[in-house]
Amino acid sequence: MASDLQIDITLARDGFTLQANTQIGSGITVVTGPSGAGKSTLIGAIAGAVKPDRGRISLNDHIFFDTASRRHLRPAARNIGYVLQDSLLFPHMSVKQNLLYGSRKSSTWTVDDIAKILEIDGLLARRPKQLSGGERRRVAIGRALMTNPQLLLLDEPLANLDATRRRAILPLIERLRDEFDLPIIYVTHAWSEIIRLADRLIVMKDGQITNQGTLSEVLATDDIGAELGLDGSVIEATVLGHDNEQGLSTLSSTSGQLHIAQIVDQPGSNVRLFIGAADVALALSRPVGLSVQNILEATIIDIRPGTPPVVNIDLALNDGQVLRSRVTPRAVESLGLTKGQSVYALIKSVALDKDLLHHPL
Amino acid sequence: MGDALFTLSAFETEALLLSLRVAVWAVLGSLPFAIGFAWLLSRKEFWGKSALNAVLHLPLVVPPVVVGYGLLVLFGRNGPLGKWLLDTFGVSVAFSWKGAAIAAAVVSFPLMLRAIKLSMDAVDERLEFVAHTLGASRWKVLRTVTIPLTMPGIVAGIALSFARCLGEFGATITFVANIPGETRTLPLALYTAINSPGAEMQAGRIVLISVVLALGALALSEIAAHRVTKAVHGI
Repeated sequence: MASDLQIDITLARDGFTLQANTQIGSGITVVTGPSGAGKSTLIGAIAGAVKPDRGRISLNDHIFFDTASRRHLRPAARNIGYVLQDSLLFPHMSVKQNLLYGSRKSSTWTVDDIAKILEIDGLLARRPKQLSGGERRRVAIGRALMTNPQLLLLDEPLANLDATRRRAILPLIERLRDEFDLPIIYVTHAWSEIIRLADRLIVMKDGQITNQGTLSEVLATDDIGAELGLDGSVIEATVLGHDNEQGLSTLSSTSGQLHIAQIVDQPGSNVRLFIGAADVALALSRPVGLSVQNILEATIIDIRPGTPPVVNIDLALNDGQVLRSRVTPRAVESLGLTKGQSVYALIKSVALDKDLLHHPL
Repeated sequence: MGDALFTLSAFETEALLLSLRVAVWAVLGSLPFAIGFAWLLSRKEFWGKSALNAVLHLPLVVPPVVVGYGLLVLFGRNGPLGKWLLDTFGVSVAFSWKGAAIAAAVVSFPLMLRAIKLSMDAVDERLEFVAHTLGASRWKVLRTVTIPLTMPGIVAGIALSFARCLGEFGATITFVANIPGETRTLPLALYTAINSPGAEMQAGRIVLISVVLALGALALSEIAAHRVTKAVHGI
């Protein structure tokens, strides 16, 4: 079932104005932007925590808010799962009681199903105080899912967790999207989460939506990437295998193999890699005697002068994925780079996660 | 003397049981109102809120005699509330233990209200919001989230107001006088003993009973507070 969340609202609060007009469908939509951009306010308006001054919010044929018909649905009647950064579990209840709090008779999922998916089945008898930060987040997500929501709002659900815990929860969130067929709005400014999760990306600044689209579309916009600290491109590749001894994982793409610091994903699974534009160098022939091991075949599809002394070059891999590169005007001239030319992209560093960024391979 | 030292006389038993009855009814009767007004003051914004707050705290700041006189005017057989109670329910509270319970309830109300409101202020309102997003009605949120998390304050409020009820003197004697077996609670019995020549021993025994009773109540409330805090926060 395709979902359709329509938002067109204005909301002014002490010197800050949120103005948002967007449409959100199935899959994971990540909302990002600097602090104070209005991300949480937008989410709060969808959940019913804050009331916009005017506009309309509807999910499919369910109207949450509409100034024209003076409608403002109570949060309890919106059937939305809302998970905030501080999990906000009920401290006087066990994990199981927390999970059951909003469960409906119509729920397709039992406590045991949810607990198994979120890997909290051993914790049901515990109190929130006895849980780690990561466990608490998972229980909060489970509690929201037990209400059989039509929409899941996750407001920085992994903030303040260490990298190991975050990496353990990210696949679970992907599983939610795949198993529950549930539109998920995910607020974060951690770009490792954006890369991993975003099917669509909404970028906000000063209460406005400045850019939106698929992850690659948004990253292809020249200035947005730099603004987000995501100046580069996201490439999908398949895990081929792991070399435990050397601590390496090999990924395959149609343009060649990539070797990166070892990851946990099973062989055969698809992963997204972030490759910074400044980390991609170009060569006209396959270089030999070079320490850079990650070399992909590509074709130049666009050359645009950027902020001097920089030239942005977009490359297409063999399967059409776009890889962004940045070189100097001198390099363009001396190599004689032109559109349509076949080149080799030398990738100096690849990142799956922020922690891996500084391990060039 | 021997055994007589540890055996309560009829006079003492009467005053002790009456004190307990008055205090228990006063506390039970004011508890729902205290929770209701605490919720109103802690969670809602409305016109006249500070005026309401002042009125509710009035018994704490005016002399108990004034409260007793006010009650006498309101609840006396010809007072507006007293007449209504008598005509509608055939109940007269003037010069009865029920009046003593009302006096104790009114005088101790601000203490209970404050303890509950402070505790309710400390409950994270976002927990209530989360409960709403989980589909809970306003009543369910109050019953399953707000009140359970306010329990430490409710227990403290009960203990404080119970102690205040046991000690209530001024409003009681003004409103319902000092009638043996009807309104003569421990403080009033002590007052009677002090005013009777040669009853120093009697006065001393009532002082002792009052102290033991207060310490017992305090110990019970400590145990209750400990258990409730444990239940609310989980270890």
